[in-house]
Amino acid sequence: MATAELTLQSLEGDVHPDWCPGCGDFGVLKSLKEAILELGIPPHKVLVVSGIGCSSNLPGFIHAYGVHSLHGRALPVATGAALANHDLHVVAVGGDGDGFGIGMGHFIHAMRRNLNLTYIVMDNEIYGLTTGQASPTTTEGHKTKSTPRGNVEKPVQPLALALASGATYVARGFSGEQKHLTKLVAGAIAHKGFSLIDVFSPCVTFNKVNTYPWFKERVYKLEDEAYDSTDLMAALQKSFEFGKRLPIGLLYQTQKPTYEDTEPALSKGPLVEQPVGLDPKTLAALLAETT
Amino acid sequence: MATEITVGMAGAAGDGLDRTGDTLARTAARLGLHLFTYNSYQSLIRGGHTWLRLRLSEEKVDNHGDHLNVLVALNQDGIERHAREVEAGGAIIFNGSKLHCDPSLVPEGVALVALPVTEITAKLGKLPPVMQNTAALGALLHLMGFDVEVAAEILSETFKKKGQEVIDQNVGVLRAGHEYAAAHAQPLGQRWKFSRKRRPVVTGNQMIALGAVAGGCKFYSAYPMSPASFILHWLAAHSEQCGVLVKQAEDELAVVNLAIGAGHAGVRAMCATSGGGFALMTEAIGMAGMIETPVVVVNVQRGGPSTGIPTKTEQGDLNQAFGASQGDYPRVIVAVKDALDCFHATVEAFNLAETFQLPVILISDLLLGEHRSTVDPEAIPSKVPIERGEWVTELAPEASLNGGYKRYALTPSGVSPRARPGRAGMIYVSGTDDHDEKGILISDEHTNPAIRRKMHEKRMRKMDGVRARLKPPVLEGPAAAEVTLIGWGSTWSVIQEAADQLTRSGLKTNQLHFKYIHPFHGAEAKAILKGCKRTIVVENNFTGQFARHLRAESGFSVDHVLTRYDGEPFEPAYIVRRVKDFVAGKPADLRVEDHEAREMAYHYIRIHLQERARPARLQRANGGKYGEPVWEVELVNRADGRAEGTLVIGMDTGSMYGLQLPGVETGARAVAAQR
Repeated sequence: MATAELTLQSLEGDVHPDWCPGCGDFGVLKSLKEAILELGIPPHKVLVVSGIGCSSNLPGFIHAYGVHSLHGRALPVATGAALANHDLHVVAVGGDGDGFGIGMGHFIHAMRRNLNLTYIVMDNEIYGLTTGQASPTTTEGHKTKSTPRGNVEKPVQPLALALASGATYVARGFSGEQKHLTKLVAGAIAHKGFSLIDVFSPCVTFNKVNTYPWFKERVYKLEDEAYDSTDLMAALQKSFEFGKRLPIGLLYQTQKPTYEDTEPALSKGPLVEQPVGLDPKTLAALLAETT
Repeated sequence: MATEITVGMAGAAGDGLDRTGDTLARTAARLGLHLFTYNSYQSLIRGGHTWLRLRLSEEKVDNHGDHLNVLVALNQDGIERHAREVEAGGAIIFNGSKLHCDPSLVPEGVALVALPVTEITAKLGKLPPVMQNTAALGALLHLMGFDVEVAAEILSETFKKKGQEVIDQNVGVLRAGHEYAAAHAQPLGQRWKFSRKRRPVVTGNQMIALGAVAGGCKFYSAYPMSPASFILHWLAAHSEQCGVLVKQAEDELAVVNLAIGAGHAGVRAMCATSGGGFALMTEAIGMAGMIETPVVVVNVQRGGPSTGIPTKTEQGDLNQAFGASQGDYPRVIVAVKDALDCFHATVEAFNLAETFQLPVILISDLLLGEHRSTVDPEAIPSKVPIERGEWVTELAPEASLNGGYKRYALTPSGVSPRARPGRAGMIYVSGTDDHDEKGILISDEHTNPAIRRKMHEKRMRKMDGVRARLKPPVLEGPAAAEVTLIGWGSTWSVIQEAADQLTRSGLKTNQLHFKYIHPFHGAEAKAILKGCKRTIVVENNFTGQFARHLRAESGFSVDHVLTRYDGEPFEPAYIVRRVKDFVAGKPADLRVEDHEAREMAYHYIRIHLQERARPARLQRANGGKYGEPVWEVELVNRADGRAEGTLVIGMDTGSMYGLQLPGVETGARAVAAQR
């Protein structure tokens, strides 16, 4: 199986996606598969970890190892797996409610660590699986089932948070620009360090505001402008641009030592390959400390 | 009877009492004695009242016992609070250059050793105040008949990094205290047989950490929480030496999910916390049950609910351990009984977790986790059984024909061989939604009751395999006893000692101890208990959580439940007294006892009189607001003994009725607050 030729088809999971026809998440799934193909990574070296939500069903739709974990906990599960076996390409995926609502604490702290993992958020500005309540990225004034008089809370700015928290690859994609997204995903997986891609991934069923046309009208590609993605302050400024114009593309990238690089316990290779137990000499030394 | 002695050290946090206690403990352990230390401390970095007891014995001891033979008081408060507890034949040691001891506080037959610390250490130069401890230790060694050279050797090792000058100073002060005592006081007369066998002095937390390392743990995650933090500290300090990756995370939600992620990727992973943190972990523990990922979760219990009494012990999280997570899922709950058991139970926890691919909850508590005792080094082997369970490394041809690797294959044992993510040919997805043999979800759109039933049965079937491996409980002590004491977890030793005391006093008593809480040996327990005359569950919580569990699992209702929930651990004599009350048919007396009234007084003194007073005489009176009798606690000034007022405390409710200041009849509390 390892020798079989890698194709888009061979990366299909055991089940067909149960997303609504037209869901933005299809584009993200396709981009992830294309990126894996492009990078030539054998699928068994990929672990896709998700939380709970429509988009978190993704691991079942791709031929790679996967954990479809708890709501909000994709990043800590992914972190544990990445630390236990840093030979794996760990990709965490999920929605905006999963990552920026119930999982917000993990989002910030995972980025501080600059772990070598990729986090793709399918951001549709709504809770879809629970049929349409306001999410952390729902825009102000948006009327949802839980905000019938319009949302009064400021939406979270994931890119600004990422930049402030130490992520070393920060990008935004749009599933309506799928080929463009593939490049971002491939760049993220290839990047050594924590990579975040916040993807505008429209919910065609429960979000009647942030629709494909709505995004299409507003998005523009950073690479089409004179933009320097190595300048943190410029990136921060860009990260707040959320209105008539919505930037997509690579906002910021830098190279820093990863958590795995600096963790002494990993200097002898992946934890999962290391011997277990205690030798008599070490035990004697440990006990000698106590007498 | 084995020769033993109990030393109490009293002072404020920051007085260096821990270090002194440590030197004494290690001195005793190097002489070949056993010991148990109990520190009733408060959650303060400096100040407060700290009360450390060390029970030193020729025989193994795992609780602090009932006695106090020597008091080492490092401040005035220590003398005032504890002098009256010292038993005849004992002694009180304090710094006579700084403190005084009111003779009215000293019981008959107790010697006073007022060390003139300033005078006897004058030739050693200017000393930091904590050096008074070392002088007291020197005097103590003389009184107990211990070899001062052993302590000198330990101090030399302790201060090795600080240079010869510091060593000389410390050892000099130790000898000065020792010489002064030798010239002015008689040894207390214990006849020790020192075997000189060096034994490690360890805490339960340390032994869980060591057991984890020996048992092959490679990943440990934690969020700081007393009283579990020391496991984090120890493992972090020994991470490289032991090859364990230690990760402090942002909260306990992250902690447990990190461990599960690591476990899923194929390493042995553990995390530890206390009740509050455990509460946050529970959803993920259920996930581990559902996706069949091994993980060891340690709960070092402290007094709850909520923030509760963070520095005090309790066995109050049993219900929480059962209640962890929604739905039914296979898991094991093991309660550790002493420091050595912490080592072996942790090894066993990993083996159970990996063999059966489920979460194992290890329950310890503050008493066991933080307090020191001796263990025999030969009882801690470096090679322990490490059973990694069933794994698939290569897919058999027939499996490919059968649709590929089935991560959740429906097997007779319920155990489905695991595959390590990263290996070619066995790709699967683990879902927290219920799923089929391949891991494909059967939940949302295409719910399948038939597969759900068989998958649920498969998971739960693993419990049969676990149960078959666990040793059922056995009665310890005399057969045909009048009383059977039933306990779980850290109370094993104190119950054993109480049972011995009861038997010696003519009431034959034995013990039935439970280590495995889930799965539970219900039938075995019932068979044993049916043959017992009077059954009493002894546990450190309010509602008798274990008694309820025992009833639920075995159908057996015990005669009495002996609880304690003031944050203090049981002492043997406490259990003996309560058992005798049960036997005599005496109802529980919940009134405020005199020593408790004194304890309450200290609290109100701190709040209203800024520590300047201490409780003196207590008397009972009538006339509480709720028609209850009261304690009148006379307060006197610490410095000159003049009256500072009277505290009135209800004996039934514990209500503080007021502080009557001298010469003021009413509105006392308001006046006190103004002063």
